[in-house]
Amino acid sequence: MTDLAGTGRGRSGGPGADAGRPLRGGWVGRRARGLLGLLATLAATFLGLLFVTFIIGRVIPIDPVLAIVGERATTAQYEAAREALGLNEPLLVQFGYYVRDVLSGDLGTSILTARPVIEDIGRVFPATLELATLATLFGVLLGVPAGVLAAVRQGRLTDQLVRLLGLFGYSMPVFWLGLMGLLLFYGQLGWVGGPGRLDTTYQFIFELEVPRVTGAILIDTALAGAWDVFRNALSHIVLPAAVLGYYSLAYISRMTRSFMLEQLRQEYVTTARVKGMPEWRVVWVHALGNVLVPLITVIALSYAQLLEGSVLTETVFAWPGLGLYITQALFSGDLAAVMGGTIVVGAAFILLNLLSDLLYRLVDPRAR
Amino acid sequence: MANVLPSPWRAWLTSRSPRSRRQAWLGQLYLGWLALLRNPLALLGLAIVLALVLAAAAAPLLASQDPLAQSLPDRLLPPGSPGHWLGTDEFGRDLWSRVVHGARVTLYIVLLVVVTAPVFGLAVGTAAGYFGGLVDVVLMRLTDVFLAFPRLILALAFVAALGPGIENAVLAIALTAWPPYARVARAETLTVVRSDYIAAAQLQGAGSLRIITGHVMPLCLSSVIVRITLDMAGIILVAAGLGFLGLGAQPPLPEWGLMISSGRKFLFDQWWVATVPGLAIFVVSLGFNLLGDGLRDVLDPRSAGR
Repeated sequence: MTDLAGTGRGRSGGPGADAGRPLRGGWVGRRARGLLGLLATLAATFLGLLFVTFIIGRVIPIDPVLAIVGERATTAQYEAAREALGLNEPLLVQFGYYVRDVLSGDLGTSILTARPVIEDIGRVFPATLELATLATLFGVLLGVPAGVLAAVRQGRLTDQLVRLLGLFGYSMPVFWLGLMGLLLFYGQLGWVGGPGRLDTTYQFIFELEVPRVTGAILIDTALAGAWDVFRNALSHIVLPAAVLGYYSLAYISRMTRSFMLEQLRQEYVTTARVKGMPEWRVVWVHALGNVLVPLITVIALSYAQLLEGSVLTETVFAWPGLGLYITQALFSGDLAAVMGGTIVVGAAFILLNLLSDLLYRLVDPRAR
Repeated sequence: MANVLPSPWRAWLTSRSPRSRRQAWLGQLYLGWLALLRNPLALLGLAIVLALVLAAAAAPLLASQDPLAQSLPDRLLPPGSPGHWLGTDEFGRDLWSRVVHGARVTLYIVLLVVVTAPVFGLAVGTAAGYFGGLVDVVLMRLTDVFLAFPRLILALAFVAALGPGIENAVLAIALTAWPPYARVARAETLTVVRSDYIAAAQLQGAGSLRIITGHVMPLCLSSVIVRITLDMAGIILVAAGLGFLGLGAQPPLPEWGLMISSGRKFLFDQWWVATVPGLAIFVVSLGFNLLGDGLRDVLDPRSAGR
């Protein structure tokens, strides 16, 4: 997780030697070239991802033909099925077919549910998205102020506490923290709902009475005005979102602190102070305002991390999202589902990474 | 503690004009050690890591019982029971003994990853930096592709393909852990590749392999070591996560992640079964993080405080 801090550093040193010239045409041209380069990177990375899942799919010591025709098939049947699957073609041609299928949305059929993998994922993904979004919100709302406070009080107790909080986040296994949270807040105190997205009774009401609009329970129930279901859903999502959000809090507060320290050393801060501006305005408006750009990229990156972290969290909280779908598929040998899930998470990861890069380029003129 | 050394030794170590390579090297090491001593949190981290190594080395001596010995009458005893001060699990196995032996498994995984991923990353990074041009572009594109992957998911997919087990988990982790090392090594290589001493070596007829392994790699080492220490916690957490999902170490091996997963079934009634191994993971990861932060401040002052 920590390496993301390093990747951000290289970006500002782009080919911006002639950035000082305000030539309109050159500006557009450079912007367009930058975008093209970004798109090429996107395509190359995605192709790389597909290549890896393709290779993994082939390394598996399970014969996909045998799975279809069964053990008692004749050689002719076996060969026909093999031909139909395109397994007699050269590897590169097979990879071409694979890329074509994935790009047209065909991720294969799940053995477990007997439905197209893409449909399954469409069904479970909103749950993951809801969880990760709420967790990111948690991390931003607490992590940014914590980072700012730590920077303002550098070296003092607040700073040490925030640093310790972050270190704990980097050192605790997310699944263990989830279990401990369940033990304390659900088992002992009874403050939150247990595993799953809803209690069984509310699950029933939800299935029957609430129309699906977004797939996110909190939004759907609020739209339908089913407030008792909403409350129950909230009591279930609070704990997993807080556990997951703690990790983005650790990352965001650490990055906010180092960005803020950099800003607070700048001369404009001294100028503002000398002018007699109140200290809170210097810190929370001037300095924080200048930190927002790199902060947005950090938030996007932590969002991507959370999508991944949800695999373990969802297993602990029986949260019916993509992570649980992947792990369940793993244990039933449902390779198409595993690879489909990997591709979707990987694609989301790559897209968010690129989005943060793009935001950075758009907002920060030095990076163009 | 700095005054423990007899003064002639200290003078030799801190001499401003070292007379041999070894003296210079040891002197640097000594100065780094002194800097580390001034950082109490880093020392705490070092103590934890040393404790892990000790626990792994002396596991049979420290453990009160055989970590695999089952005793059904003693199952799920709470902490503080006679003979089982951390309690027992669902097969009546002593938790303390299992946690201590788990240190061996954790250390084994960590060491296996450390001898594979950084070495590979170092090779890729130095080659890219040294040769430059097309080699650089191709190698770094490849690195970027791997860097853009979600680590745990990729490890999951690899283990799904290779089958569960410690060695496969290690392979999966290593396959996803090398790109940052390649980046670090390339950056370091670029700063030295135009130096005069490299040119001198080339003029003397040294081959590329010799220059890379003999003159470039040693200079990348300190950055790589910092990276490794900071990476350890992540490696331990991913390995534990794979174990928790049942994809890493297999029962009855006392791997901490696996132990948490088996304790999960009794979470609300016998909380200690899942809590104890989790604490072990937490403490060890914290130790590596603290030590890594301290080492970074010593060896890489540029990024101190980040």
